[in-house]
Amino acid sequence: MLFDYLLRLADNGLVLAQRLGEWVGRAPVLEEDIASTNVGLDLLGQARLWLAYACEIDTGDAPPVRTEDRLAYYRDAGEFRNLLLVEQPNGNYADTIARQYLFDQWHVLLLAALTASCDARIAAIAAKAVKEARYHVERSADWVIRLGDGSAESHARMQDAMDALWMYTGEMFAVDATERALVDAGIAADAQALQSPWIEAVRAVLSEATLAMPRDDWMQGVHARGGKQGRHTEHLSRLLAEMQILPRSYPDAIW
Amino acid sequence: MSDEWPLWEVFIRSQHGLAHKHVGSLHAPDAKMAVRNARDVYTRRNEGISIWVARSSDIHASSPGDRAALFEPSNDKVYRHPTFFPMPEEVKHI
Repeated sequence: MLFDYLLRLADNGLVLAQRLGEWVGRAPVLEEDIASTNVGLDLLGQARLWLAYACEIDTGDAPPVRTEDRLAYYRDAGEFRNLLLVEQPNGNYADTIARQYLFDQWHVLLLAALTASCDARIAAIAAKAVKEARYHVERSADWVIRLGDGSAESHARMQDAMDALWMYTGEMFAVDATERALVDAGIAADAQALQSPWIEAVRAVLSEATLAMPRDDWMQGVHARGGKQGRHTEHLSRLLAEMQILPRSYPDAIW
Repeated sequence: MSDEWPLWEVFIRSQHGLAHKHVGSLHAPDAKMAVRNARDVYTRRNEGISIWVARSSDIHASSPGDRAALFEPSNDKVYRHPTFFPMPEEVKHI
């Protein structure tokens, strides 16, 4: 159960880092290219810490050789536990920024809550990661405001991006049985409790960006049938195909 | 391109240095973004503890052609260096 929760934490960073990496050499300006890659590398570093901890958890089944790399490169889409939001394609830069902001705003709240975990290792990783996440959300919120309150075209694209991604945000606050048990044990953060501070923060940023709050419609992945349970959109398999092809084709390849 | 972001000069104060040192330049739409971009472009390897940015157009430099007029007159005035003057034996710790 703890293993599963650690994968949820790790896979968000791992998958989003891969998405941000797709901008390398292609971002609108050099400064953004470096900045978004920096964020990706922060997330990748965090994913490694979560995966390293996951490797140490005894799940009771026949012991496969567990290493960070095995978990990152030899699991198929159905075994990934990331949110549907982070696997969505980069789209245009407004799509990327919207995805980043909606995630960062949640991530920073989650990590802050996890610093109070009674699992000392989780609390320590969260304390390290939350410093990075604070910078991430400051940066992505700033871009939402700049694009939303920018030209007519950037405003329209930012609004479209928010509207399109909104249906993937409900999953962030959906607590299934696995998470509930760990919350009750004081190990996991209660994601449900993050919803109202998240909504408040998003409302403030969107309002400064002169954007409308998207309509609350059907949310994807809630009712324990989403990314956290391994039910993904088709985008994840394609992302993994690119991310995993090298170690799968040349299993002993090293730098 | 006329609508390109303006150029900024970046100065970083390093871990041990007292003064901010010029490290390079970058493009940004305003000062806030310039500081943020400087953080991402120039402090990735733990180089600094403080960042200054200034619009490149606000920096006024001496002309290389004036070098002789500006700097050569001080060449033959060695008495402007403190080492020019002999110190009395009795004075310690200088």
